[in-house]
Amino acid sequence: MDLGGINPVILIATLMASAVPILLAALGEAVVERAGVLNLGVEGMMIIGALGGFVVAVETGSPVLGFVGGAVAGAALSLIFALLTQVFLANQVATGLALTLFGLGVSSLGGQGYNGIKPPATGQLLPDALADLPVVGPILFGHDWVVYFSIAMTAVLWWVLKATRIGLIIRAVGESHEAAHALGYKVNRIRLMCIAFGGAMAGIGGAYVSLARVPQWVDGITAGAGWIALAIVVFASWKPWRVLIGAYLFGGITVLQLNLQVAGSGIPVEYLSMAPYLITILVLVIMSAGRRGKANGAPAALGQNFHASR
Amino acid sequence: MGASPHTPGIFVDRKWGVVVLRLEKRPTPSKFWLYATPPVAVILTMIAGGCLFAAMGKNPFEVIRTIFWDPVFGEFAFYLRGQLLVKAGPLILIAIGLALGFRAGIWNIGAEGQYIMGAIFGAAVGLAVFPTENRLIFPVMVVAGAFGGWLWAMIPAILKTKFNTNEILVSLMLVYVAETILAKASTGFLKNPEGMGFPGSRNFSSYPAAANPELIAGSGLHWGGVAALVTGVLAYILLTRHQAGFQIRLAGQAPRAARFHGVSPARLVVMCMGISGALAGMAGLFEVTGPAGQISIDFNTGYGFTAIIVAFLGRLNPLGIVLAGFLMALTYVGGEMASTNLGLPDAAIQVFQGMLLFFLLAVDVLTNYRFRLAVGAH
Amino acid sequence: MKRRTLLASAAMGLMLASGAFAQGMEKVKACFVYVGPIGDGGWTYQHHQGALAVQEKFGDKVEIQYQENVPEGADAERVLTQMALGGCNIIFTTSFGYMDATNAVAAKFPDVKFEHATGFKREHPNVSTYNARFYEGRAVQGTIAGRMTKSNKIGYIGSFPIPEVVMGINSYYLAAKKVNPNVELSVVWAFTWFDPAKEADSAKALIDQGVDVIASHTDSTAVLAEAAKTDGKVIGFGQASDMAEYKDGPRVSSIIDNWGPYYIERVQALLDGTYAQSDVWAGIKGGEVLIGEITDKVPPEVKAEAEKVRDDIAAGTLHPFTGPINKQDGSPWLAEGATAPDGDLLGMNFYVEGITGDIPQ
Repeated sequence: MDLGGINPVILIATLMASAVPILLAALGEAVVERAGVLNLGVEGMMIIGALGGFVVAVETGSPVLGFVGGAVAGAALSLIFALLTQVFLANQVATGLALTLFGLGVSSLGGQGYNGIKPPATGQLLPDALADLPVVGPILFGHDWVVYFSIAMTAVLWWVLKATRIGLIIRAVGESHEAAHALGYKVNRIRLMCIAFGGAMAGIGGAYVSLARVPQWVDGITAGAGWIALAIVVFASWKPWRVLIGAYLFGGITVLQLNLQVAGSGIPVEYLSMAPYLITILVLVIMSAGRRGKANGAPAALGQNFHASR
Repeated sequence: MGASPHTPGIFVDRKWGVVVLRLEKRPTPSKFWLYATPPVAVILTMIAGGCLFAAMGKNPFEVIRTIFWDPVFGEFAFYLRGQLLVKAGPLILIAIGLALGFRAGIWNIGAEGQYIMGAIFGAAVGLAVFPTENRLIFPVMVVAGAFGGWLWAMIPAILKTKFNTNEILVSLMLVYVAETILAKASTGFLKNPEGMGFPGSRNFSSYPAAANPELIAGSGLHWGGVAALVTGVLAYILLTRHQAGFQIRLAGQAPRAARFHGVSPARLVVMCMGISGALAGMAGLFEVTGPAGQISIDFNTGYGFTAIIVAFLGRLNPLGIVLAGFLMALTYVGGEMASTNLGLPDAAIQVFQGMLLFFLLAVDVLTNYRFRLAVGAH
Repeated sequence: MKRRTLLASAAMGLMLASGAFAQGMEKVKACFVYVGPIGDGGWTYQHHQGALAVQEKFGDKVEIQYQENVPEGADAERVLTQMALGGCNIIFTTSFGYMDATNAVAAKFPDVKFEHATGFKREHPNVSTYNARFYEGRAVQGTIAGRMTKSNKIGYIGSFPIPEVVMGINSYYLAAKKVNPNVELSVVWAFTWFDPAKEADSAKALIDQGVDVIASHTDSTAVLAEAAKTDGKVIGFGQASDMAEYKDGPRVSSIIDNWGPYYIERVQALLDGTYAQSDVWAGIKGGEVLIGEITDKVPPEVKAEAEKVRDDIAAGTLHPFTGPINKQDGSPWLAEGATAPDGDLLGMNFYVEGITGDIPQ
């Protein structure tokens, strides 16, 4: 199959890898928001994860440890957010934005001396024999392990949120913290753990940028991916599989528009350049128009802080 | 009221069960802490930031003085004081509009895009009639700028009211669309025909009828600053005296009660998004015709996002926002001086700004809560 | 205006206090305004290397100051004013977007020298401009690209459709076409200066459609990193800095922005009292554009050919834009043997004949 020089198989394989950072960060943020917390600091946590992952991978020589480092770094930064919003009951929107500012600054300071280094490679997971199969090879078998991890996490979170007790508690806390508290759940502690989880996921997403997508460290490497991740969570109505669809849609159109440029489609470049954003809006409009009148799925307590004595 | 025994203790491990620091809601917000928290936060930031700067091998006292003192009272304060106003003006103007929406639970995250579109619309009107000199040109441009921002904000507003589409996503995505249009304007339809093919529009400083110069020499005050201060007062009156202000507050605090009072959610969305979009658009117009001077690829510098922080630092109160806007401006201008004169990396200033925000947001808790030492409260 | 006199007198006071101008100076305070962070590994990094070269050369006789991440427009004007007030003797503004701010501040500080990179406005006697002929380096890259491509498809990743970038694309294409008439060029516009992930995606899109030599005019090494994933099938070039870490991989050569010599020359002139307003647009010859080592991946005869292009340009016997050249629409631009006037190059907003696609405008 060939559409004007664009091979759809390669396109799909490419978008699966290019969507990973946004997908991981958005999955983490979806859990955070399901617990009723709006953390706008995703970009900050991603870039700290990108640096943390890079530094650990370079120092230890192990990319896997690098991703662990990214997760730890992202989670550590998110704990500042957790401390401020859960203990000091600070406004979540402003704290999240401050976290992004802080994260960008810290990563830039900490990254001095790591420019121009190549990290150890994160290679293809499965043998070439599988990856070279026609059509299914590149799409199903040709990726590094993080791509599979991101899909697995989507499934796991879907299951956890839908079918487990932990998921039920998280959702209860996000829908009505008063009720959850009355039932004896420690609202702030549960939220704190969700925030740390979200930080870790954003960190791994960031580490994927600096270790696999663009294997290098430069200031500002995530270049706004965290903001897209935030939008994807909303796009997905806080549901894991829809996060995957949203991330693939956005990543897919980004890749497609670049391919159309190469293929000389004749569509003006600036319209192609806007396409990922406009089409995401359009799809969301179509999806939400179908559910008109009903709630759009936002957790009821989103963005509100909880204090037990209230 | 009454603290429940489940209130989490902090600072002291609860297992010890001897002394527990507990957070307790005040019956009424503390007037004292309302005013005392900002200075306390600034002092805490100075201490923490000082440690950071010392760790980087700089004299912490010198850095702190450069950031907080020099722009206002230092050798070059005659110039820098005005610059504070230049920097604070757009932040205040945008933040006030956003605060109205935030109070009503309407999340316009895309003020940056509305700011860009306001600048493009307004500039396009001015450039279309170049080089006509007429007193009406600038006022018409201001209206066009407000209209551009309003129009860009109406997209998420209409989509929300008609299709129940989340405004966070739409307004945020439209920022990127606006940035692409900005690039197109700079390299295409608004490009300076006498600019040797370089990107960017004509500079408004050489087109008096469309320019937004300093009103009082050396003050840094241009029409944008005037608009910011006037808007602050108007917003204050709107919120405290006017029916619409009551509706906004009610919708944010008790959405169901608001509906009983006949507040139409759709009308509220259109109104709040419209006001914030128009104000952001005006801010863009004042910036492009004044301090920035021209439409260029990198015209926008994040005022639309920073304004969100300013809105909350000001506790969504117009007068608070004016103060918060100046504080943010001070950290930018002072931070820049510290960076230039003392050789601090720009990133250190970002970290310092982040810390200041953290402390301001954290200490704020004392306004509504108090810490209680409870002995044997396990 | 009152503000101007106020500023001017303040500046005058400083000047008198230091008692240094006209007849050379004891000590120069040289200041630099950067558009990005020093850690960008490209444009700003290279300017900072130039600043460090000045410091190293003159030691105690110069004091260096710089400011990173300065947005264009109002913020640039403030930083410049502050630097001038703070006693800078010469200020280098290292991005095109500082053009109007540089000239506006220069008007208020007639005794401070302003040096604006990549612009054309010199509205006051204390404003000079400087730029580098990067298109000369593109001709060397194009020669390598034309010879090395097996698919006859070469690619170019552009940031924004501005003359500086268009000039590079044309030069690259013409040089490739000269050695390989079958070559086809695909251009991708990223619409960003810096977004490593998007730059990588752009490279991937080119590679997926059969392009095997990629040049880029964005800031990061992401393009080379993406090429490195193809096991040697795709090659590319270092941009702005040498990007030597990819020497054992896809990087076969590079264009290095080398500002040090110019900065040293200007500061030296100020110290000597021989400083004069100028408009410098130097290239390979002046040492502002360095061609990074051509690696062994390139066969010796191609390497020799590319080096000859480099040396001929340096010697002045070859101009990358030498007629006959038609514009994309077939209309004549340069007649047989004619070379492009600098004015045409600086404002270049058209593709040459043979390039497909449109420049977004």
